[in-house]
Amino acid sequence: MGEVELMLVLAGVAVIAGGFLLRFNPLLVVLASALVSGLAAGLDPLRVVSVFGKAFNDSRYVSAIYIVLPVIGLLERYGLQARARALIGRFARVTAGRLLLLYLLFRQVTSALGLTSVAGHAQTVRPLVAPMAEAAAEGQGAGDQGERVKALTAATDNVGLFFGEDIFIAIGSILLMVGVLQGYGIAVEPFELSVWAIPTAAAAFLVHGVRLHLLDRRLGRSTK
Amino acid sequence: MIGLNFVYAVAGSVFALFAALALIDAPRRAANSAFYALLSFSFYAGDIIGDFGNGLLVVALAAIAASGRFQARPREASPERPRGDALFAAALVIPAMALVGTLLFKQVPALIDGRQATLVALALGVLLALGLGYAWLRPGSATPFREGRRLMDDVGWAAVLPQMLASLGAVFALAGVGDVVGELVGGAIPQGSLLGAVAAYAVGMALFTMVMGNAFAAFPVMAAAVGVPILVRQFGGDPAPVAAIGMLAGFCGTLMTPMAANFNLVPAALLELKDRNGVVKAQVPTAVPLLMFNAALLWWVLS
Repeated sequence: MGEVELMLVLAGVAVIAGGFLLRFNPLLVVLASALVSGLAAGLDPLRVVSVFGKAFNDSRYVSAIYIVLPVIGLLERYGLQARARALIGRFARVTAGRLLLLYLLFRQVTSALGLTSVAGHAQTVRPLVAPMAEAAAEGQGAGDQGERVKALTAATDNVGLFFGEDIFIAIGSILLMVGVLQGYGIAVEPFELSVWAIPTAAAAFLVHGVRLHLLDRRLGRSTK
Repeated sequence: MIGLNFVYAVAGSVFALFAALALIDAPRRAANSAFYALLSFSFYAGDIIGDFGNGLLVVALAAIAASGRFQARPREASPERPRGDALFAAALVIPAMALVGTLLFKQVPALIDGRQATLVALALGVLLALGLGYAWLRPGSATPFREGRRLMDDVGWAAVLPQMLASLGAVFALAGVGDVVGELVGGAIPQGSLLGAVAAYAVGMALFTMVMGNAFAAFPVMAAAVGVPILVRQFGGDPAPVAAIGMLAGFCGTLMTPMAANFNLVPAALLELKDRNGVVKAQVPTAVPLLMFNAALLWWVLS
């Protein structure tokens, strides 16, 4: 492939990076990027719209999670977040860092058992864990932390999920690796792959755990 | 058989109710209502309007988002009517159903589509929790959807960004973006250097995942460019750790990019963070050391 064609194909990537940096509406940026990539590859614009539409329709399952919002909204209306805060207030020894460490462990272990959807940002982080972590942080008396604790709660959910799920042998990424390697005539068992996820899972627990410990240090010890 | 059709019918109905309530509660903000109506239509009728029809639907969604008329709700704290700790039990219905679904649904293939066990469990959990909520709390019939619609307004048009980015991945694949990136990375490795190859592979996985927002898209590319030809064939590495650790290096990239919108941007919206990239920023200090750990581990295994 020549230099010029090389650069042309990457134009779509440049559009997406530039568009995000310049803070145009991301949905428009994505569409523009698709159009540019398609044109660079010699597809006509109508075909790009069709390809994009088909992929959009095929990936509707990504947006199905929002059906939990009526349940969360209803329970929050009857005080779920306040209950979650109150629950933490009853335990003097619970700090934000320890709570999140516990949640990290829970998320890694359940994901490693294949139970990736027993928790998540809509189901557990927003209604339960984030209010609990904030209440615990307030109890530690370090003053206003802005959005730090909330953001770290969402981060903890992601870290726990990503570095737990690959230990489970029937998860999508493991099956993908088996399939790709098969394409090269290399046979690997899912189990061999999942074993190699364990060292990184332990490292993720350590690294993120240290950060949660540092969070507690910053927040200070409770005077309760 | 209960499968995706059931889940999409539930989702279509939820979004239809969001659209109706948005119109009733805030008729001046018709853009929100139109946006939800299009999503509802997509869930109900996406399979029958054809690829081009779906493409036009996406263009319409993007046009509404870009018009600036889609607005988050003004801060209107709904009056809370406090209830006791039984609220926790109600909140755990959905996770519990997910647990049951994952463990049991694959045993009854005649009744439930095993491949969609997770999503079916999610939808059943929502229906069960709603039923219990109505029976116990006796809210107005529209209350759950009115409250849900407010949360949805907070997420806003970012709600469809994950789906849009997944679709962009399909166009990138068709245009051959992956091949070009693979060529570039493969060409950047110093001949005969294991350390260089491992570093290019791990960092390449992370970087390309950041561009695509998805390690699944990056893995076949990096496996073709570096993993299989250089690490496995040239240096005789064991394919299992090469693949597994490479994928995990990609996951480190997922933590560092707004392109992984469902993990990074949507939670920021759900938690009402002012900084859209707040979650990404909170993850970088974990992701960078972990990426280095993965590269070091792979190098140690191969050398």
